Amino acid sequence: MSTLTMAKALNAGLRRALAGDPKVLLAGEDIGRLGGVFRITEGLQAEFGPTRVVDTPLAEAGIVGTAVGMALRGYKPVVEIQFDGFVYPAFDQIVSQVSRLHFRSHGRLSVPMVVRIPYGGGIGAIEHHSESPEAYFAHTPGLKVVTCANPSDAYWMIQQAIADPDPVIFFEPKRRYHDKGEVDLDASAAPDSLYQARIARHGTDATLLTYGPMVRTCLDAAAAAEAEGRSLEVIDLRSLSPIDDATVFASVRRTGRAVVVHEAVRTLGMGAELAARIQAECFYELQAPVLRVTGYDLPYPPSRTEHSYLPDLDRVLDAVDQSLAH
Amino acid sequence: MPEAVAAELATRADDHLVQLLTPSGELVADQDFHYSGSEQELVDDLRTMLLTRAIDIEATALQRKGELGLWVQSLGQEAAQVGSARAFGRHDLIVPSYRELGVYLALGLDPLEFLGTFRGTAMVDWPTGPANLHLPSFVIGTQTLHAVGMAMALQRDGRVGNPEPADNGAVVVYFGDGATSQGDVNEAFVFAAAAQAPVVFFCQNNQWAISEPTTVQTPIPLYRRAAGFGFPGVRVDGNDVLAVRAVTEWALARARSGAGPVLIEAFTYRIGAHTTSDDPTKYRDAAEVDEWKAKDPIDRLRTYLLARGLIDDAWLDGVAAEASIAAERLRTGCVQLVEPDLADSFDLVYTDTPEHLQRQRQEFQAYEASFEVNA
Repeated sequence: MSTLTMAKALNAGLRRALAGDPKVLLAGEDIGRLGGVFRITEGLQAEFGPTRVVDTPLAEAGIVGTAVGMALRGYKPVVEIQFDGFVYPAFDQIVSQVSRLHFRSHGRLSVPMVVRIPYGGGIGAIEHHSESPEAYFAHTPGLKVVTCANPSDAYWMIQQAIADPDPVIFFEPKRRYHDKGEVDLDASAAPDSLYQARIARHGTDATLLTYGPMVRTCLDAAAAAEAEGRSLEVIDLRSLSPIDDATVFASVRRTGRAVVVHEAVRTLGMGAELAARIQAECFYELQAPVLRVTGYDLPYPPSRTEHSYLPDLDRVLDAVDQSLAH
Repeated sequence: MPEAVAAELATRADDHLVQLLTPSGELVADQDFHYSGSEQELVDDLRTMLLTRAIDIEATALQRKGELGLWVQSLGQEAAQVGSARAFGRHDLIVPSYRELGVYLALGLDPLEFLGTFRGTAMVDWPTGPANLHLPSFVIGTQTLHAVGMAMALQRDGRVGNPEPADNGAVVVYFGDGATSQGDVNEAFVFAAAAQAPVVFFCQNNQWAISEPTTVQTPIPLYRRAAGFGFPGVRVDGNDVLAVRAVTEWALARARSGAGPVLIEAFTYRIGAHTTSDDPTKYRDAAEVDEWKAKDPIDRLRTYLLARGLIDDAWLDGVAAEASIAAERLRTGCVQLVEPDLADSFDLVYTDTPEHLQRQRQEFQAYEASFEVNA
């Protein structure tokens, strides 16, 4: 076991994927000599050369669209979008092309590519650098959407996403890049399927359903709740499309209460989808309505106010109180 | 053709059009480009162009009869399509837009293979034949980026710049004049130039993007834009199958050799409508259409070949008979296209079908089955 930050774990996962398959290549703005603005690809161009780790022109549709062409010719491109709010120029390529080529070609083509997107707030950034656009992509059939919450998952999930024959949107919670954790760098295979949710903490009184940057917030909330004699279960969804319903439903059936926590805006977000699924499947086991703790329905606000915008431990515990009051 | 040509091209007058066969059917010389094919190939080209037009007209009629939801006409653009297809080599990859019937027929494909797209029996009918043909694209210009990515893959595969020209490959991507305004096309130019990717951008400038004339897209000739991105652009008479072939052969050979991309502007005209949903009488003059009808790509080649004694009326009658058989086959084949079952679609979204889609398929099938039981 090694102790690594999520950033280093992602770097190690990308290195292992590059070393293991000559068809894997990385592309994006500033990912070569600089190693990316978050240094996730640091040292990889020096190690694998500029045709495996490619500095691209500054054009998101171009980065994604050319990766489509390479994927169609047998390569496995892993592209980096520098920040969440910069993915929209490539939106058409992702939702109209990447997601649909398998379907449009009647299953004859596949696009085995990964779009890496550092996402979410909490780092004091300027406009367009703190967004959580996951619902747009999870809404699109043909895309798989995942997000990691700890270094071990980061290391394995990026490799699994690259190995997947379908296109994967890979969200990296940028405020957790420097969180440390244990990673088994030498294990031969990942401990879990990429599309399986993880019980991050066992509990009996209510289930917190979350993913990405909010997993740590929810674990902190569960630890605080324990001091007050409440036992919270925390489910890290890991995959936002497809959703591991079985793990979600089993947990909610055990606890009878569910609170969904995410940074993204509330309306039509992951919380809405999870609430609908849970009430359809677990209606008679529910002791309370499914509640949501989310970002507000605002454009991501100026960073001096983001502490008020982002769900925090207290907002999560407040929702738990409301759930338990039923 | 030597690199000097690329440099020379940049100094030409804005209206310079590479032409080898005039509208009246006479051969003319161009200082840089020469026809490399045989006379028999020109006879074959005329046949393919005549069949393209016949099938195009038949498909338009099928749409009018309600058998097709839409048809995208190629009328008037037969030389641009057939001439460029003549230039393809063994390792070349072809990325069409949605208006390349002539290219498909030049490749020997069965036009019935493309009809389902327009009848609604398929998402994108996509021929099982050549592996080097990419599926068509309907969002304007998106395919140019895919083409550049494919060209970058050819570079990585060692398919570019080999001493033996037959070992090399390049990509040809088709788009229209309207597409040149799209961000994707401009990004494709940037990426191709930066990577010196072996890609030939083949723009069929048919003068109209639905109701918008080319002047809405650009105040300068489109081929001139290439220079700003750092590669040569050539304007060729798109109604001259000899010139289109010569220019495309040059561009492809140059790309395969590793010298980078070329933009070809095939200057042609859309005699028909944009699609069968369009009404061009609302926005353009009959006089303009008549002017271009006088430059018809089929008429000029037929005039030339007749004058040279390479074809005669009996040959033309034979092709006309062949065309009417092909049209009849399209009519009967169209209504026999198999209607797909939506149940099959659930397994086409991902390579491995996730549980939620398996459940939705079962839900759909159970619902459908409930009608069969009650019937």
